[in-house]
Amino acid sequence: MTSPLTRAEVEHVARLARLALTDEELDALTPELAKILDYAAQVSALDTEGVPPTAHPLPLVNVFRSDELWPCLPRGEVLAAAPAAEDGRFRVPRILGEAP
Amino acid sequence: MADSAIAIAADVRSRRRSARDVLEQHLAQIDARERDVHAFNLVTADAARARADEIDAAVARGDNPGPLAGVPLALKDNLCTRRVPTTCSSRILAGWVPPYDATVVQRVHAAGAVVVGKTNLDEFAMGSSTENSAFGPTRNPHDLARVPGGSSGGSAAAVAAGFAALALGSDTGGSVRQPAALCGVVGVKPTYGAVSRYGLIAFASSLDQIGPFAGSVADAALLLEVVGGHDPCDSTSIASPAPALLPDLDRGVEGLRIGIVEELTDSDGIQSEVRDSVEAAAASLIDAGAKTERVQVPSTMYGLSAYYLIAPAEASSNLARYDGVRYGLRVDGADVSEMNANTRDAGFGREVKRRIMLGTYALSAGYYDAYYGQAQRVRTLIMREFDRAYDRFDALLAPTAPTVAFELGAKTADPLTMYLNDVCTIPTNLAGHAAMSVPYGTAVPPDAPGGTPALPIGVQVLAPARGEPVMFRVARAIEQAAPGGR
Repeated sequence: MTSPLTRAEVEHVARLARLALTDEELDALTPELAKILDYAAQVSALDTEGVPPTAHPLPLVNVFRSDELWPCLPRGEVLAAAPAAEDGRFRVPRILGEAP
Repeated sequence: MADSAIAIAADVRSRRRSARDVLEQHLAQIDARERDVHAFNLVTADAARARADEIDAAVARGDNPGPLAGVPLALKDNLCTRRVPTTCSSRILAGWVPPYDATVVQRVHAAGAVVVGKTNLDEFAMGSSTENSAFGPTRNPHDLARVPGGSSGGSAAAVAAGFAALALGSDTGGSVRQPAALCGVVGVKPTYGAVSRYGLIAFASSLDQIGPFAGSVADAALLLEVVGGHDPCDSTSIASPAPALLPDLDRGVEGLRIGIVEELTDSDGIQSEVRDSVEAAAASLIDAGAKTERVQVPSTMYGLSAYYLIAPAEASSNLARYDGVRYGLRVDGADVSEMNANTRDAGFGREVKRRIMLGTYALSAGYYDAYYGQAQRVRTLIMREFDRAYDRFDALLAPTAPTVAFELGAKTADPLTMYLNDVCTIPTNLAGHAAMSVPYGTAVPPDAPGGTPALPIGVQVLAPARGEPVMFRVARAIEQAAPGGR
């Protein structure tokens, strides 16, 4: 499972992760990630045939509550902490109908 | 570490001392040393004075303000505090003011604590030295040239320097225990689900757990009793009542079976004096009537590699919420996704980007099963081997950190050498178990220039899920036997 991680793959992962990495960052990250992944690949040395994966330490079941109104966060304080708000809502850049 | 929280609370309740006087002593200590140590992102002195006066007024009225009456307490800056900025030591949250208190914050307030400020951390709790903070590193109060450990380095340093009697941190792979060891204080990673995570800013949700820092085992038990217990706001919070810890604390260890984890204690990377401390702590437990024995838990050797797939994978998902829309920073772009990407590149530091990239890669198509899937299966093996060990032993011993505190900058060039600091603490997080670090002995660092003081060593006590009552008894016995112990 040793990973010949390429700069192109790192660029692709950065797009998936919504990180506008600079050229310098891509240059530095490519060998760093390769080295860490190489170390992490030690997990493949263990025989896990038939071993189920653990996603969580507790035997989790769905937690339900009755459908009742609870106090919720104060809307004004929530919006005041956002970068931009308008008319009681988060304001984001235009998504539809943009010029290409 | 002048003053125990238990003594402060008793004095304040009985009016032997005022909460205000206790607070002023701690603020004076902050005035004297905080410029050098930089434990805090924010000191809330005015709010603390107002709160201390309220506590004193309540006592004067004949009310009992609670088990933490007038105890100065510091909060890691990844715990949400209403109307008090919460940054995670990240530029992406700089200036953000939460609209609510974390459950643990509500509980320490209700117990009468006086919050003195928000402590520095590695950005988003990712690191082992508190050097990854966007606001500059914290320094070890025992030697300012050295790190306090991390990621809860500010909380550990605040207790060690006498800025606060108690502090809260969070532990995802060792972030409470390792800085506790390096700063010579007690630090606890409770059983997963023992303490509500509501209002703890998420890093890796299946591993994160909030835990106490204190100057003694008894003080740590007191704080864990206050913050623990079920919370309907956290669906992973354990529904059964939290066990009491203080009543049995001094019951001793007679007849207990204690295993010393061979793979974590005898490996090459462990400084010899650290191993000596584990051995000496074990010998003291034998003197106190316990039986000890080496035990093998071989899959713990794979804990670090599994962790560095699982934790970044969860982090890459959790940190997707920082998109420039709802919190803190926004950097504009031509469209929404460019705005997202520009904000995240400007707002996150190097280590956070590294982990997001690692996690995104480990979860991406074609690699998911070989990396993330395999790490999850290794996690199962680690849990099974611990379960087998706990069939034979009531608690386990190991080092907390491989060495005493290292110099600032010593491990920043190579991420892997930094990650290795958590090799002894990570297996507990993967298993969801409890563990804590207790100071035992000191050592001069191997790389030290002449005149370097001897620095604290931490011995780790591990216990199965919900094993806190026995874990604290063992820790208390080690504390009593420690050189200079009480």
